[in-house]
Amino acid sequence: MDMQATKKKLGLKEKYAHMTRGLDWETTYQPKEKVFPQATFEGIKVHDWDKWEDPFRLTMDAYWKYQAEKERKLYAVLDAFAQNNGHLGITDARYLSAVKLFLTGISPLEYMAHRGFAAAGRNFPGVGPRVACLMQSIDEVRHAQTQIHALSNYNKFYEGFHAGASHQIERLWYLSVPKSFFDDAFSAGPFEWMIAIGFSFEYVLTNLLFVPFMSGAAYNGDMATVTFGFSAQSDEARHMTLGLECIKFMLEQDPDNLPIVQKWIDKWAWRGIRVLSLVSTMMDYMLPKRVMSWKEAWEIYFEQNGGALFNDLAKYGIKVPDCIAQCTVDKEHQSHQLWLTLCTHSHAMGLHTWLPDAEEMDWLSAKYPNTFDKYYRPRFDELRERADKGERFFANTLPMLCQVCQIPMLFTEPDDPTKICYRESEFQGEKYHTCSDGCKHIFDDEPEKYIQAWLPVYQLYQGNCWPEGTDPTAEGFNPVAKYLEWCHIDAKDTGDYEGSSDQENFAAWRGVATQNV
Amino acid sequence: MQIDLRTVAIKPLRNTFDHLVERFGDKPASRYQEGSYNIQQEHIFHYRPSWDADRVLFDKKRTKIQMKDWYALKDPRQFYYGAYTITRARQQEAAESSFDMIEERGLAELIPNEQKQIALDILLPLRHVEWGGNMGNAYISAYGYGTVMTQACLYHAMDHLGVAQYLTRIGLVLDGPDALDKAKDDWMSGALWQPMRRHVENLLVLDDWFEIFVAQNLVLEGLSYPLFYDHLDSEFSANGGTAISMMTRFMGEWAGETAKWIDAQIKVAAAESPENKALLSDWVKQYRAVTLDALTPLAKCALGDKAAGVLEDVLTEFNARCAKLGLAV
Repeated sequence: MDMQATKKKLGLKEKYAHMTRGLDWETTYQPKEKVFPQATFEGIKVHDWDKWEDPFRLTMDAYWKYQAEKERKLYAVLDAFAQNNGHLGITDARYLSAVKLFLTGISPLEYMAHRGFAAAGRNFPGVGPRVACLMQSIDEVRHAQTQIHALSNYNKFYEGFHAGASHQIERLWYLSVPKSFFDDAFSAGPFEWMIAIGFSFEYVLTNLLFVPFMSGAAYNGDMATVTFGFSAQSDEARHMTLGLECIKFMLEQDPDNLPIVQKWIDKWAWRGIRVLSLVSTMMDYMLPKRVMSWKEAWEIYFEQNGGALFNDLAKYGIKVPDCIAQCTVDKEHQSHQLWLTLCTHSHAMGLHTWLPDAEEMDWLSAKYPNTFDKYYRPRFDELRERADKGERFFANTLPMLCQVCQIPMLFTEPDDPTKICYRESEFQGEKYHTCSDGCKHIFDDEPEKYIQAWLPVYQLYQGNCWPEGTDPTAEGFNPVAKYLEWCHIDAKDTGDYEGSSDQENFAAWRGVATQNV
Repeated sequence: MQIDLRTVAIKPLRNTFDHLVERFGDKPASRYQEGSYNIQQEHIFHYRPSWDADRVLFDKKRTKIQMKDWYALKDPRQFYYGAYTITRARQQEAAESSFDMIEERGLAELIPNEQKQIALDILLPLRHVEWGGNMGNAYISAYGYGTVMTQACLYHAMDHLGVAQYLTRIGLVLDGPDALDKAKDDWMSGALWQPMRRHVENLLVLDDWFEIFVAQNLVLEGLSYPLFYDHLDSEFSANGGTAISMMTRFMGEWAGETAKWIDAQIKVAAAESPENKALLSDWVKQYRAVTLDALTPLAKCALGDKAAGVLEDVLTEFNARCAKLGLAV
């Protein structure tokens, strides 16, 4: 046999094909249906997995090399941040409420993404998407861990972080909004997962989540968050490419896939937009130094960028989701309505809230000339008046939640911003409430799924959210206090920022760091 | 003389997160601990999975092995993502320099034909076995329980992809892309490889994730890596095929390191209960037999007369390893 080595240099694409696609084979000792049992039950038809375009084309040696370089740099910055009291460089400790929301609401989702992409990666019969999903899965565990490591230093000095992210996301009522989103996606099949997370979340909505958070961090002096944000950026670029490739692939494989994909896009656009409501409050209220308003961000990242994307997808027959019309109304109201609710329930939260001051309200008036002074300033004024008299208002009860998005029923009718929007569906003789036409539509399409929702407020009132051994008949029993104990929320973690120990400590430490006292 | 730079000292309010204080006491936590413990959600899930409606999303019942605390299955290497990639990048750099040297100096052309042929016949089809290892560990990462286990298995899955890619590069260095096609034909229809392919495909349809861990990571890797990357490797070196050994350097190092992690998992799980110990031992016995059946023809092809003796040695070492881990095999 002639053993002369071939000297022809392989092109990158060809080399990558040998390194990945060449590894796979069609099984014969076990049927394909048993090896990939989840490939068909959602109804997506794939005729040729080889048509999948590999978005990353990274071999493992290159992956390890690049990622290790990023890790070395990231941890060097985090160490320096911790050593030099970087936590005192932020604008104001109020800002940390946004960070608490990120650690408890977003980092656990990164972990879920790690598991979900591992599952998708195992389930696709095509080797291209399997490798791409695994690469994303390992990136996602990176994100969960780098976020925890970056924010762990804040936990050492401030309240509200100590219970740990997973403990809180499983229990706190406002965190069931993001939790239920990922539970929903992971409990669906692999193709819906890819539309829900790969496409809607990572491609369409990701800028609305990450740009405000990371820019907010930069504006407010939070170098730890900025650093992990920048470090994650190149991973995110890969993930966006995967999201776009997966939708194009599904649409190009078979025309029968179009209605299924369209339904998922409609569903996950609305589910995603509801989750991002929490981000809207961060942008408009929680950043001491504002980056831009939620409305401006929505217009740039969704209306313009998303609009261009939907124009591109039109050639496959994809239409802009109907719910977007509602979003045009909501962008004027969303953050104000939600922040008002958070302010009046912050005694039952794991972070501090506060009423906007005069300068902040002027900023909001300028950013929301059509709505803020008319609908929201008077309400904040009234709350401020009460607070000044020492009667800061907290609602005595917890709010009713939407069966689908799990946000309290606080958003208003499309044509009347003074009237709360309630929708009702009946399933198996029971009534279920949703907060909008978008959520009602999602419920009605899959009621069997959404009746399973674990709604924290209802569970609390049913007595399922207290520490073991709690006696609700005991004298002076306070269900909310017991609930907070079950969530591992201490008094210092919660309530108004004014007078909080975070405020007090930050001021004292800043004094030590900047004055000769 | 040591000079300590002075910074403003502010006493922290706490050392770390509550769950780590509960586990490890009130002291600063390591990055492995912070990034691994209690990260997976455990108690409250909203919807039953459409693909497994009898269970919750993360369910302890996806394996017959049971643990009081799944976080007892910790990784002795303390690999969180950063530690993992930095370690692999270092090893990759060393491996890369071997490939560079071989390619620059044309060392592959000095390998005697017989040795080269063994490498092409035996090492190349193994890339498909590695791909099976990737799929098995990806499965555990998706459906296993507890971050200490699931993250380590994802790293292990990626490592298998990495090893498959190193094997691919060996093929490209030795004989170009045609070598890969030939190896695939052997894998698909060569009589030598069918017992192994049948075994690997059978592992792809298991649904107990711990069973996959045992069959794949402990048994298949535990028997095949010493055979190929220790004994066969010595043969390559002894017979003028040092360049081949240089190209499998990563695999040898990797197997030694990962075996420590695998052993720690088995040892802790076996010590947990007599039921676990019995189940793990049964799995080892079951998969040891089929793995040996699959390896025997490959060993004969690669090592000729020495095969029986080498397999005997490999088996003895493996049994001793299992006994040390507390298994009755």
